[in-house]
Amino acid sequence: MIVSKSIKDSVAVIGMGCTQFGELWDKSATDLMIEAVQETLGVVPALELNDLDAYWLGTMGSNSGLPLAKALKTGYKPITRVENMCATGSEAFRASCYAVAAGACDVAMAIGVEKLKDSGTSGLVIPDPIRDGTFSEMTAPALYSMIVPAYCKKYGVTEQEMKEVLTRIAWKNHQNGSKNPRAQFKNCPDKDMIAGSPTVAGQLGVLDCSGVADGAAAAIVVSADRASDYCEHPLYVKALSIATGSGQGTMSPEYDFTTFPEVVESARRAYSQAGISQPGDEIDFAEVHDCFTPTELVLMEDLGFSERGSGWRDALAGRFDLDGDLPVNPDGGLKSFGHPIGASGLRMLFEVWLQLSNSAGERQISGVSTALTNNLGGQPGECVSFVGIFGSEPG
Amino acid sequence: MAVEAARRLSPSTNPPETLWLATTMPAYADRTNAVGMHAALRLPDHVFSADVVGAIRSGLGAMRAALSTAGLAVLSDVRTGLPGSADEARGGDAAVAIQFGRGRDVIAEWLYHESLTVDFLDRWRVPGARNSKTWEERFTVQEYLPITKEVVSRVLQRASLDKPDHVAVLSPDPRTTREMRNWFDHECLSEDLTDKIGFTGTAHLGLALGQILQIAKPGQTILLVQASDGADAILLRTTDQIGNPEATKGPWAGRNQINELDYISFLTWRGLLQREPPRRPEPVGPAAPPAVRNREWKMGLVGSQCQACGRTHAPPQRVCTECHIVDNMLPHPLADKIATVATYTVDHLAHSLSPPVIAAMIDFEGGGRIETEITDADPEAISVGDNVEMTFRRRFTADGVHNYFWKARPVRES
Repeated sequence: MIVSKSIKDSVAVIGMGCTQFGELWDKSATDLMIEAVQETLGVVPALELNDLDAYWLGTMGSNSGLPLAKALKTGYKPITRVENMCATGSEAFRASCYAVAAGACDVAMAIGVEKLKDSGTSGLVIPDPIRDGTFSEMTAPALYSMIVPAYCKKYGVTEQEMKEVLTRIAWKNHQNGSKNPRAQFKNCPDKDMIAGSPTVAGQLGVLDCSGVADGAAAAIVVSADRASDYCEHPLYVKALSIATGSGQGTMSPEYDFTTFPEVVESARRAYSQAGISQPGDEIDFAEVHDCFTPTELVLMEDLGFSERGSGWRDALAGRFDLDGDLPVNPDGGLKSFGHPIGASGLRMLFEVWLQLSNSAGERQISGVSTALTNNLGGQPGECVSFVGIFGSEPG
Repeated sequence: MAVEAARRLSPSTNPPETLWLATTMPAYADRTNAVGMHAALRLPDHVFSADVVGAIRSGLGAMRAALSTAGLAVLSDVRTGLPGSADEARGGDAAVAIQFGRGRDVIAEWLYHESLTVDFLDRWRVPGARNSKTWEERFTVQEYLPITKEVVSRVLQRASLDKPDHVAVLSPDPRTTREMRNWFDHECLSEDLTDKIGFTGTAHLGLALGQILQIAKPGQTILLVQASDGADAILLRTTDQIGNPEATKGPWAGRNQINELDYISFLTWRGLLQREPPRRPEPVGPAAPPAVRNREWKMGLVGSQCQACGRTHAPPQRVCTECHIVDNMLPHPLADKIATVATYTVDHLAHSLSPPVIAAMIDFEGGGRIETEITDADPEAISVGDNVEMTFRRRFTADGVHNYFWKARPVRES
């Protein structure tokens, strides 16, 4: 069964931009979109705003493409606003790629933006639809913290060992983020401080949670055969895959909270599109959805980087460190870079763009040519998962 | 509490002809509170439901109404004295459900009820006020004693009875209660539950009766005396069905679970102490149309079961998760099923009157999984694999709408 046909090496990214992420009290969503678009156009001297044929705007903060059109005065160009929970940015990118691959437009822009910090609330707030009052009021950290006791029980990991693993993941991402001038958090809390941070839910402390941030990121997509006309180091799209769960996990006792079946499925399809059989060996580094530390742990197994039940040992051994065998979240991840919902998927791609064009500065990983992004929305048991694979060379 | 008490009688399998809810503290005015109970108990639509609301005597009102209609009387109350008041110290919360009926299953016959209605101001509360006011006890006792004595002697006379086998006397006024107890022999008097539970408003008469029914032998007489807005004396006689353990289910039957509650939490739950909320948006109240569409689920905790493959779904689904067949489901009630904790967490950020929220994924015996809040539990004492049972609760109140739904709690000994 072909769920999504491969467009491997059909399209490429020729320019990207990403704003500073953080609690940007002095910036509106409009400011953030203008900055991301300006930076992106700045790296593609051959293009002006008017050369962009169509836009996909990923955000949960508006209901249409109008805010982007009004911010940048894009004339009557088509702008489609897309939303797919925390995978929104990747969804905007996916739509742009398909539009170019289909020949519906020559130059497409994917842009993601979120302005979260005007709400005055802690954590992420998703506007409630009108409902019957039976839905859970649990917060995101609580939902993801349910992985912890389930994982411990299944693999015989003690509570203490687990705390050490989760702390190690947060510590690693903070270390990486400290080398990233655009990251929300550039500090390097030590392990004691992370482990001792105030409890939010279950075993998770504040420092196990991603940063709630404002920010925007954008990418320009053209067909692969024209990519080198625009830039020196195009980023070739090898695979795009989205899997949307039917909520089996929150309804079926068979689901055990130690995996995201949606991630496993989206990864399987992406590897098949890109022709990857040994992801742990063939992927040089990955940007994954570390919304909370246990999420990153489980993703290592779901993406096939670690054997089932051994992700925690690999994390402790430093395999996913910046200088490890398979660096994960070299830019600091959601943990340290921050998580403006609509922008995060494109922020992950931005790090791939920088690393594969050898422009990641202090955190540059040497000799990288193939990278993966994984962007997740929802909760354990019912979520949307995106997996993208990118390369520096056309196939 | 009212739903909890009524559920013990399994009214969904053996529905009453009518349902009467008596309380001094209705959740709503201008709306029948028994209607919500009716839905939570999954009673057939044709069962008439009404409230008997406002005063302690309303409890007897509901019993009278249920008596003449083979109905279910549910007496449920929360006492609302202000901090430091005698009502707070002496008050208790309780709910009692009494099924009235005819025929061979009856465990006690209602023989005679003698009543005097007399108007004097001994206890009152203006609607909307938190606390009741009372006149001086010495005045109250002087007014109650003669009329109560009168109804007691009338009812005994009618029955040509010298001495009933069991007697319970009650009044919101402690001095009146004390004086009335002196009229009867110690061995026939049942324990004054005010000392143990507190005076429980409309529920107290039901509690007193329930307590006696637990120990009474066939053919014994029971006298209930209540002094509240007049005087009432009721005489009942047990039948040979009295020993049926299914007929009387109460905390006396070995339910000895005690959860200590600190005073700060008590005040918070009573709405007398406003605590700093989390820095999160206020919960949004339920809307009427979706609540109606999902009524069986929301109020009755009824899921669905696929007729083709047997897969249980909660909330109910139209399309089966397992075999994908469309619209081939039967209702599948879950409220009375035991569930086990699949995984859980303690949410320190979510809104709750009783923070932190213990949230869990629970799996029902016979299938079905839901995400739920665990209540009446110590967060430290929960673990994966624990057994829980469902309880009907108010989750929160928003925009003047109470949001009722189900929560889980650790299985109690019974």
